[in-house]
Amino acid sequence: MNALAAILVRDMRIAIRVGGGALMGVLFFLVVVTLTPFAIGPDLALLKRIGPAILWLAALLASLLALDRLFTSDHDDGSLDLILMGRAPLELVVAVKGLAHWLTTGLPLVIAAPLIGLFLNLDAPAEGALVLTLLVGTPALNFLGLIGAAIAVTLRRGGLLVAVIVLPLTVPVLIFGVAAANAAVIGPVPFGTPFTILCALTLMSLVVGPFAAAAALRQEME
Amino acid sequence: MRLTAVDLHCHRGGRDVFSGVGFAVGPGEALIVTGRNGAGKSSLLRTVAGLVRLTRGRFELEGGDPELSIAEQAHYLGHQDALKPALSVGENLAFWAGFFGAPNPDLVQALDAVGLAALIRLPAAYLSAGQRRRLSIARLIAVKRPLWLLDEPTSTLDVSAQDRLAGLMQAHLAEGGLILAATHGPVGLANAKELRLEHAPASPAREAEGAQA
Repeated sequence: MNALAAILVRDMRIAIRVGGGALMGVLFFLVVVTLTPFAIGPDLALLKRIGPAILWLAALLASLLALDRLFTSDHDDGSLDLILMGRAPLELVVAVKGLAHWLTTGLPLVIAAPLIGLFLNLDAPAEGALVLTLLVGTPALNFLGLIGAAIAVTLRRGGLLVAVIVLPLTVPVLIFGVAAANAAVIGPVPFGTPFTILCALTLMSLVVGPFAAAAALRQEME
Repeated sequence: MRLTAVDLHCHRGGRDVFSGVGFAVGPGEALIVTGRNGAGKSSLLRTVAGLVRLTRGRFELEGGDPELSIAEQAHYLGHQDALKPALSVGENLAFWAGFFGAPNPDLVQALDAVGLAALIRLPAAYLSAGQRRRLSIARLIAVKRPLWLLDEPTSTLDVSAQDRLAGLMQAHLAEGGLILAATHGPVGLANAKELRLEHAPASPAREAEGAQA
């Protein structure tokens, strides 16, 4: 477990230092959501209705930002070779890298969401529901993103490829994330129904993501 | 421990990188792998490290920890230094010591052995190429593993650092360690065995293809 703790600490340190990209996601999230009312106009009822969808879309795009460097930087400087020679199973190493990535890019989105929700005329119950869906849903986005990041590991400019691979996989998460948030805002479906499915999707991605990503990495390193 | 390689073949990217290679290294022995550029020296070390798959052949390990694979008992010093520019010298070394599970790594002593102890707080981004190489050599000192796989270990090192590395390698051998080093120049090991990789003969069919092209 020592090895996994070392990976977690190292990845979080790199992410929060200059050029690490931890704040990039939050800033991008803020910019996209702030621009929306300017584009749509001051129609408060409309903003309230589409608010959860805008926030979820912005979170989805923000989660892609730092993704392509996740394994590529370790591949380029030779760290991945040494990680493969370690005694920790690659699946667990990948999962811990995903956790570090979520803590530095996903969790800040969840924390910033209530503030940014104010721009979209969301009231307190809606904000609570939205934060809850983002808290549960963003790990799924990150862990599905691991797959794309691992597939594109040997490519120099793999950013767009990562987006093309990852975005289709995240469609179910987006659907049920927005559905749960909307259920709390407008109804008529109870919040619990889509939210439970969102939880299930996240649990699935927590398992599938690291295994698929580790398999892709092993294949690429041959 | 003793590492024996029997009849190794490696086929990558549509060509035979090497074939029919065999060697044996015992405790306290060093094997220097030489050969022209592209003869397969790096690939040979990477097959031992488990990073490149063998087409045919096998490694036999006597002694050592039966629970662990060869790669898990080996240090690999490749062309890349596996350092993060955003982290300090000490943080880089502490990460690898932690990742490889060294029980109580003495980082200062390991950095002192490569002459970098004074730079422990400096971000690795400011290191020169030779200093980066020395920092990755410090990893071999901080974490004890019996087999060292060194790919061009002396490249970018100045003369005094090469002497220091030779001293570290001799100390490792004296403790019963094994060294496989791919190199073009002398590495300062007096009684090392040499394995010369000749370029793998292309198959007749492929030569015919080449003639047509």
